[in-house]
Amino acid sequence: MKKGWKDLPIGGIIEDAANSRNFETGSWRTFRPIFHEERCINCLLCFIYCPDSAIIVEDGKMKGINYFHCKGCGICAKECPPKANAIEMVREADYAEKES
Amino acid sequence: MVEKLVITGNEGSALAFKQIEPDVVAAYPITPQTELMHNFARYIADGLIDTDLITVESEHSAMSACVGAASAGARVMTATSANGFALMWEILYIAASSRLPIVMAVVNRALSAPINIHCDHSDTMGGRDTGWIQFYAENTQEAYDLLITAVPIAEHPDVQLPVMVCYDGFIISHTNEVVEVLDDKTVKDFVGEYKPRINILDTDNPFTFGPLDFHDYYIEHKRQQVEGMKHAYNVIPEVFKKYEDVSGRRYEYFEKYRFDDADVVMVVLSSTAGTAKVVVDELRGEGLGVGLLKPRVFRPFPHDKLREALKDKKSIVVLDRSDSFGAFGGPLFTEIRSALYGIENPPEIIDFIYGLGGRNITKDELKTAFMKAVDIAEGAEVKNRVDYLGVRE
Repeated sequence: MKKGWKDLPIGGIIEDAANSRNFETGSWRTFRPIFHEERCINCLLCFIYCPDSAIIVEDGKMKGINYFHCKGCGICAKECPPKANAIEMVREADYAEKES
Repeated sequence: MVEKLVITGNEGSALAFKQIEPDVVAAYPITPQTELMHNFARYIADGLIDTDLITVESEHSAMSACVGAASAGARVMTATSANGFALMWEILYIAASSRLPIVMAVVNRALSAPINIHCDHSDTMGGRDTGWIQFYAENTQEAYDLLITAVPIAEHPDVQLPVMVCYDGFIISHTNEVVEVLDDKTVKDFVGEYKPRINILDTDNPFTFGPLDFHDYYIEHKRQQVEGMKHAYNVIPEVFKKYEDVSGRRYEYFEKYRFDDADVVMVVLSSTAGTAKVVVDELRGEGLGVGLLKPRVFRPFPHDKLREALKDKKSIVVLDRSDSFGAFGGPLFTEIRSALYGIENPPEIIDFIYGLGGRNITKDELKTAFMKAVDIAEGAEVKNRVDYLGVRE
């Protein structure tokens, strides 16, 4: 439930620090990165280059993409070494059609 | 201790700045404000006060520096005029919306073009919707007093809004008059120690200042801002009362001059009210029941108090020292006429735009304005409800 004007801190400040993870930036995406785990060499270049911290890494291994934050910029697919080619960019519209 | 000085409006304001001794002042020179900052900078150079004076490259930067300093918990003041005010425009809204209690002196001057350095109210009247509280001072005494009262009003926990104190360029800013001033300690005690609401430099309590605010929250923040103005409406008389206790000078939302038994009333802001009082006396001498009402507070606009004061008058003549192009009358006229809507048998009301670009307003012209309202009160038809005074055809 979003707060009303009587409960919000005045002046538009946000009192809690480090809350950007609660903000959905993934809704802007027009291209969706699809992760092919079987081709991944876990070099983690995608993790280093991703501007939105949307690459999920567990135990030093690439595990997938956080679509709540991913804006679909395609940097991960571009930086993924050609011999691996583990990230594929597809149009969201095509993806949605395929899924349905 | 009360002292009487012969000083100009800018000197009086600079003295108020000095006695308040804010933590930070960021300013850029512009006629006719410049002399205020000259005097204030001298107080700093002479080692009398510890204010950090930031000399910036523009008024956009001046107000931006004020916003930065205020968000870091500093008590902040500045001053400007006309085109400098216009250059601050973007940041004026940010200061008010961020709820930063900055106090600014605005020495009213006409906006270009054609370029003009003399008085009218087109600068601050254009800024009436920026979210700032607006005071209009008739003379140096009022400018000095209102600047001092502006600080606790702006900083009141329920208000947290910036205040601009406006006075007429050259007519007041550069004219000597006798002014009663308070001693430094009285002013210092009156404004008290500043307890800021926020401080972005407090790393133990981090928060985000100035974040993105879309369709899901922006309107709630605007609604809060309105509430700050509503609170100011109650806080202003409280602070004025406290100031009366220390200064002996009583301030209210508006001043009434020979008003209560008057049938015909002129409503006018700032220095012209001084001339109008003389005209009221002269017309009273001729047996005419005229009076004057001079608003000091334009934002928040005291609509209910004005309605109560004006409802039984026969006719009202409003004088606007700025035009609102394409609107039906000047800003003061439209507000007062709106305040009178919905009452039974409202007084007739007319408007004159006058004094743009420093055009002098004479007693004869004010008499002409009064006499039009007197004729209407006696049954004459209202022909040009919004008209111009002292303009060659």
